[in-house]
Amino acid sequence: MYEGIVQDLIDELGRLPGIGPKSAQRIAFHLVQTDPADVARLSQILADVKDKIRFCDLCGNVAEAPRCRICGDSRRDSSAICVVEEPKDVAAVERTREFRGLYHVLGGAISPMDGIGPEDLRIRELLSRLADGGVTEVIIATDPNISGEATATYLTRTLAPLGLRVTRLASGLPVGVTWNTLMR
Amino acid sequence: MHVRHLSLVDFRSYAVAELPLAPGVTTIMGLNGQGKTNLVEALGYVATLGSHRVATDQPLVRFGASQAVIRAVVVRHDRETLIELEITPGKANRAKIARSTVSRTRDVLGTLRTVLFAPEDLALVKGDPAGRRAFLDDLLVARQPRWAGVRQDYDRILKQRNALLKQSAAALRGAGGGAGGGPRGRSSGQRHQAEPDSSQASALHTLDVWNTHLADVGSQLLYARLRLLRDLTPLLAAAYEEVSASQATTTATYRASLSEPLSAAIAAGAVPEVEQVRAGLLDAFEEHRRAEVERGVSLVGPHRDDVQLALGPLPAKGYASHGEAWSLALGLKLAAYQLLRRDLGDDPVLVLDDVFAELDTERRERLAALVSDCEQVLVTAAVGADVPDRLRARGVTYMVTLGEVTRVD
Repeated sequence: MYEGIVQDLIDELGRLPGIGPKSAQRIAFHLVQTDPADVARLSQILADVKDKIRFCDLCGNVAEAPRCRICGDSRRDSSAICVVEEPKDVAAVERTREFRGLYHVLGGAISPMDGIGPEDLRIRELLSRLADGGVTEVIIATDPNISGEATATYLTRTLAPLGLRVTRLASGLPVGVTWNTLMR
Repeated sequence: MHVRHLSLVDFRSYAVAELPLAPGVTTIMGLNGQGKTNLVEALGYVATLGSHRVATDQPLVRFGASQAVIRAVVVRHDRETLIELEITPGKANRAKIARSTVSRTRDVLGTLRTVLFAPEDLALVKGDPAGRRAFLDDLLVARQPRWAGVRQDYDRILKQRNALLKQSAAALRGAGGGAGGGPRGRSSGQRHQAEPDSSQASALHTLDVWNTHLADVGSQLLYARLRLLRDLTPLLAAAYEEVSASQATTTATYRASLSEPLSAAIAAGAVPEVEQVRAGLLDAFEEHRRAEVERGVSLVGPHRDDVQLALGPLPAKGYASHGEAWSLALGLKLAAYQLLRRDLGDDPVLVLDDVFAELDTERRERLAALVSDCEQVLVTAAVGADVPDRLRARGVTYMVTLGEVTRVD
């Protein structure tokens, strides 16, 4: 245990995801020794993040305006929506540069063990986006794990009556990887 | 395959132990509590990365030490492979194959295969269904590693479904209670009159999703178990007959938690197609919904099934004598041995931990004859006279005293 504010800093850092007690300690002492200007910049950004970042009214992605950059881009194809779990998944799909449509961020996946049901996800918002008929294709890109698959099944069934084209991302063996590394 | 050498550092009661082994029979003798079983437990750990006696690694490390090391030289088709395992409780274990560290410890699985029969296996006959399900599932994984993933997926989906049943009990109860249901205004905490209805519909819809997924994975697991049991049953009957010289026919009947007529067909030995099993599971979920919601757990599926073992017309559990139950449990393990031998085209290492003391003279001799063609057999016994001479004559005998292993000639 360290005294007062140093320990407070370590405790706070340790609450962040992926940071254990040892990393927290290392970061804390790094900050203690760092140039005050650098620390000031970091603390300013931390404050700004909470002030400026909001979630896009339409898709739920992180944004700095009522609409995120993608929803506000008129060049995007508004007839296709890709449904993902988290904002980071938007970034992942964007990196492929293959998809030109819009996104919808659910904010998680159905997981009764964590107390997350369909009503806790932004599914109602998705349905209202689909209501005006402008969207003709929905691509479900939830994670290929137990909760992601359950969410996908739930969505597929919920959207079925709307008569849209509902597809899922393919899953399986990636092309270009040798059998040797896969067959386990 | 066989193990040529086993060496231990700080494993259980051993500070250091070196045990040269050879094909044939190795008999390990010693009084109670001297460390006979610890030796075969170490060998089992190399094969399965787990102990047959304890669920955690802590007891495996010698008291006072921080880490245990097991080294085994496995010989298969004249090729030697050295496997080294470092067991550090509370941390990730490390493994080396042929002196190079493997990235995942489980890469070790499959290098050494053992079939171990220990006194604990009596529970296969006399104990709860969970032990028999685990026996089948472990054997599935030993034959084809991919079943480990299916089993894990099934357990995860099951946990999620149980959590949903518990959480949404109130909403589902209204829905499961049939048309009309209870008075709607009962949940007076709700702000809107209409909400109970929509939460019912939503809970039902979500349950349906989990039903589909549980049925998808559950039907695969169930189908695999049925096929395995179909392969295993004749081997079991043969092994039991050879050990016991009994005329009683052994049967292993799969008791599925599905509805009739499917479960009756399965009990009669039929192996339905996966698609049929899947449909059967979905039907059974519907049928048991009310009870599942009441109790907040999943009542149907492979996790509720059992294998009923019987000698002649009587179920073994409850009716078999101690000797019969012992022989039947042994028969199951010997059947598993035969199955793996057939699959691999190679003999697994057979370990008989404290088996002979429980058998009468005639059964001892029969068992000795039965295992005489196995490439390598390890036998432990407290009393040397329990082990038939013809078996000990096929190999070497070690004496274990207070964690010291010495060869006896």
